[in-house]
Amino acid sequence: MRKGLHPLVMIALIAMVTLAGRALPTWTLSLATIAASNALIALGIVVLARTGNVSFGQGLFFAAGGYGVALIANTWGLTDAMAQVIVGAACGGLLGLVIGPLIARYSGIFFGMLTLALSMVFYGALVKSTALGGSDGFNVGRPSLFGMSFTDPREADFMLYAVSVIVTGFAGIAATILFRSEFGLASLAVRENNLRVEYLGLSANRIISINFLIAAIFAGASGAFALMAQRHIDPQFAYWTTSGEFVFVAVLAGNQSVAAVFVASMALELVRSFSNLYLPNTWQLVLGVFLLGVILFLPRGIGSLWIRDRRKRRIPAAATLTAERGAAP
Amino acid sequence: MDHFRRANRALIVASVAAMSLPMAIPASAQETFKLGIVTFLSGPAADSFGVPARNGAQFVIDQLNKGSVPSPYEKVGFGGMKVEPVIIDENGGATKQVQELRNLYQRDNVDVVLGYISSGDCLAVAPIAEELKKMLVLMDCGTPRIFEEAKYNYVFRTAAHATMDNVGLVRYMKAKNIKMDTLSAINQDYAWGQDSRADFVAAAQQLYPNVKVQTDLLPKFGAGQYGTEISALVGAGSDVVYSSLWGGDLQAFVLQSAPRGLPKRSQLVFSAADHVLPPLGDKMPDGTIIGARGSYGLMSQKSPLNDWLFRGYEAANGVYPVQAAYRITQSILGLKAAVEKAMSKNGGKKPSTDEMVAAMTGLEWLSPGGLIQMKLADGHQAIQPIAFSRTKYNPDLKRVDLIDIQYFAAECVNPPPGVKSIEWIKGGMQGAKCN
Repeated sequence: MRKGLHPLVMIALIAMVTLAGRALPTWTLSLATIAASNALIALGIVVLARTGNVSFGQGLFFAAGGYGVALIANTWGLTDAMAQVIVGAACGGLLGLVIGPLIARYSGIFFGMLTLALSMVFYGALVKSTALGGSDGFNVGRPSLFGMSFTDPREADFMLYAVSVIVTGFAGIAATILFRSEFGLASLAVRENNLRVEYLGLSANRIISINFLIAAIFAGASGAFALMAQRHIDPQFAYWTTSGEFVFVAVLAGNQSVAAVFVASMALELVRSFSNLYLPNTWQLVLGVFLLGVILFLPRGIGSLWIRDRRKRRIPAAATLTAERGAAP
Repeated sequence: MDHFRRANRALIVASVAAMSLPMAIPASAQETFKLGIVTFLSGPAADSFGVPARNGAQFVIDQLNKGSVPSPYEKVGFGGMKVEPVIIDENGGATKQVQELRNLYQRDNVDVVLGYISSGDCLAVAPIAEELKKMLVLMDCGTPRIFEEAKYNYVFRTAAHATMDNVGLVRYMKAKNIKMDTLSAINQDYAWGQDSRADFVAAAQQLYPNVKVQTDLLPKFGAGQYGTEISALVGAGSDVVYSSLWGGDLQAFVLQSAPRGLPKRSQLVFSAADHVLPPLGDKMPDGTIIGARGSYGLMSQKSPLNDWLFRGYEAANGVYPVQAAYRITQSILGLKAAVEKAMSKNGGKKPSTDEMVAAMTGLEWLSPGGLIQMKLADGHQAIQPIAFSRTKYNPDLKRVDLIDIQYFAAECVNPPPGVKSIEWIKGGMQGAKCN
């Protein structure tokens, strides 16, 4: 089996990153919160991509998590951050449970287009629902944690940062364990050749459905984080450009390393923020050049910076995100 | 050697002390006022609103820093402090705007953030500024929900919300005896279009109790092609066709409906259309009733302040200023008035956020578009006068002139404090003071 970091080492790493938040300037905290939330959803896309399917509609679960949490928070006054994450994950997961088995029968471009279509249907419905504020959305109150409420802006930001880093970090550890497990390897096999997987007595549909469900749960939790960080939700959460951005993070990261997802997400947020500050008229161009640069010079993603050689030896030419499903057996 | 070093250190200490000395005394020329400005520099709203607003801000700040704005704003910058703008793009969605607002306050240390055109962005950023206890001045966004659904101390809106655009429009039609037994509407299917439609229909039902709504269309935002919609509108043949379309969508609708004869069958009324007059030129049908969300541009009233903005902006940008440029100008001038009011109270020091907030609450100031009064939402939401008119193409000047201009006082078209806009309209617009 591929050797990686021991889970205990990774837990220590998460603790370090969390504590480092005490020393970071305040503006980086909220930026890192958003980056961690984006990393979580991109991680879900990477999980799913290991079966050879890319979802262009993760915004659906992102918005489902966000709206679910926002409505419950406004109706029943649920403000606890951890509870909101769990509610968000549950909302995303429930929807994933319904959609996953239906969509698992499709593959490649059909899979991608169907996910995109479903998220846009949800977007359209949200824009029409004036009770939910229509396209302007609505606001929610600030979150608390285990009965503590935070009035100092820095403390509130740190709390969110800590919760998002820890949750995303543990999701990362879970994903690493999943990738090394029998199930994770079977997922890779589905991408390589799903017919052979079926001959082995495994159900390819079931494997895809479960991976889809995991991605949906991650997306729902990510939606809860995005909501807590900005205290506002609007249908843009479900729009295709939002989904596209998550796929971008996944492409930037590549699917070789879980840590790369976090690095890619943070890098993207930093480039976006500084280009918007210094080049307000051409920030999209800078962002595009950055993406192109990564794709040109690191075609296997940012992760290939530190695990290039080992991967090359083990699975030659295996890993492109948009890999087609296995050809004829 | 040691001696020399000590002498050197004494010199440094002395010079540092000398340099910091003026800081203690009233705000000096070295001190600047860092102003974050957020407006659309890309995306569909950039051409119509965002870029004119940016140009307006640059013109006004440049003039303020030179001290060449007419009375009562002749003081350099804000109370002697030069204004240093940090301009960022509003495009990219509410998530990005929330993040960028935090960056402006926490990383770039701006004193005040001013801007925002999209209602969704305004709704998203307002609670964040409140939490960070930093002053936020919203300059344009339309939705009345911002202060009707929440209370803010650090957030201000220096322009009236969208209610007056439609109430004023119906009042104008009534004043000009426009016949409206039947009404059709075409609006974009997002919050601005849906809310404008609801306000207009509610106001019309008050002043025209027998009006019948016929075709009610909600094409999607940015549709660009209105062939089927125009067929439906032409088929309905209503007395009046109302629309809150703006920018490229409105231009497309006008260009496509004129050859089909829609303007001849129905009276077109547009709630926010002044910004498409320069690009449309003679393609704009004569006699269309339009609003500008204030008494702006060609509908503005003559005053030294208005001449300064109109001529100066036109000279700098080659086109006359429309609503967005006026709105950001009234916003910056209002902030200047508040800062200077706060400085007159604290002895001329650079005011703290709380001092500026106290000064801005309930403030009144003159702008090129008339008197702005922070009367609603406990002194945080402005009301302002508004004008409506009809279009008439002027072939000599090669531009659309506006005739039959009528002004409405702020309190005639805005709800009184403490009443929700839509309830005020549906309740018969009680308490409106129309001369």
